Amino acid sequence: MTPAGGAPALQSHNQMTSQEVIESLGKSFEGKLQHKTEFRGEITYAIGESDLRDIAKFCRDKLSFDYLLDITSIDNFGEEPRFEIVYHLYSMPHAAHLRLKLKLSEDVGALDTVSDIWPTANWHEREIYDMMGIKFNGHPDLRRILMWDGYPFFPLRKDFPLAGLPSDMPDVAFTKVTPLEGGPFVTVPSTAGSKDREPRARPREL
Amino acid sequence: MPETHATAYDSKIEGNVIFTRFDAALNWVRKNSLWPMPMGLACCAIELMATAASRFDISRFGAEVMRFSPRQCDVMIVAGTVTYKMALAVKRIYEQMPEPKWVIAMGACASTGGMYRSYAVLQGIDQLLPVDVYISGCPPRPEALLAGLMKLQEKISRQPAFKDQQPQLAEKLEEVLT
Repeated sequence: MTPAGGAPALQSHNQMTSQEVIESLGKSFEGKLQHKTEFRGEITYAIGESDLRDIAKFCRDKLSFDYLLDITSIDNFGEEPRFEIVYHLYSMPHAAHLRLKLKLSEDVGALDTVSDIWPTANWHEREIYDMMGIKFNGHPDLRRILMWDGYPFFPLRKDFPLAGLPSDMPDVAFTKVTPLEGGPFVTVPSTAGSKDREPRARPREL
Repeated sequence: MPETHATAYDSKIEGNVIFTRFDAALNWVRKNSLWPMPMGLACCAIELMATAASRFDISRFGAEVMRFSPRQCDVMIVAGTVTYKMALAVKRIYEQMPEPKWVIAMGACASTGGMYRSYAVLQGIDQLLPVDVYISGCPPRPEALLAGLMKLQEKISRQPAFKDQQPQLAEKLEEVLT
């Protein structure tokens, strides 16, 4: 009974192409979508932070973007607004990707949660809070997820040094500055061989 | 009932008596029954499991009793990346192990932090625990872990076990004997 009842609904989704689906977002939120970029058939919309929840709900319920792949945060240090958050959505019925980008200034530093819209956002938002220090309004359990409660820094911010900073919480954890002699141990982008590109000690004399 | 003659008794145990130093006997017992505390923290733990399994068979060296109970363990095998979040927990587990105890730092991460020159990773477990044997490799092969275990056995066999354990009694004995 379920397959017979479920099949027509799925077909009606398929009759709409993913392009049409995403265009209907453009119609419904005209003026709120700041600009649109298309790259290899995948569409990215820049949106305002205040419209996030309305657009997210619409994408899930009306456009069947039922799967939140990831939330990423970017620190454009030295620019204003400083932070950029990217929501990577996927629609199982349409097999289509959609990205929503929004910018957030450091002074605001907080954003509405989407964890009630896509439950998977719960941990993604906790990670962004942990690594970037961006808070999420209405999040049910906004604790650090990788570092411990009370760790005083946000390590993925650009002004956090590669070697880390010392911290100490007796009986919980401590951190020290990492020795980086011969470093920094990061990949060197170039067309050279892997020996020159890979992260390894490169003493100054050589 | 036949009477047991003193001579007959002596001849029975003759050939079954070994004279040795007390330290040597104690160390021999200890080194051939090292119960490891498997501190598996990353991919090295997979090699640790392989070492315990049939192909490499760590029980040939009497070190097969891996239970997650520090109170019955002799040697902590720190196998993997020690993050700062985990570091004090590792130390706490080490402190629960009874004396005498030893530590093997298995692999590059446990020895030096390895490739993780990072704000989150402790740069070698020797900053917190007294490490006896370092094993190189990322991860080390099971043979390397077995070689490390044998190195530890060698080290144990050279230790002044009695003097370490009972310093006052050893002093008293020395006084009496000299």
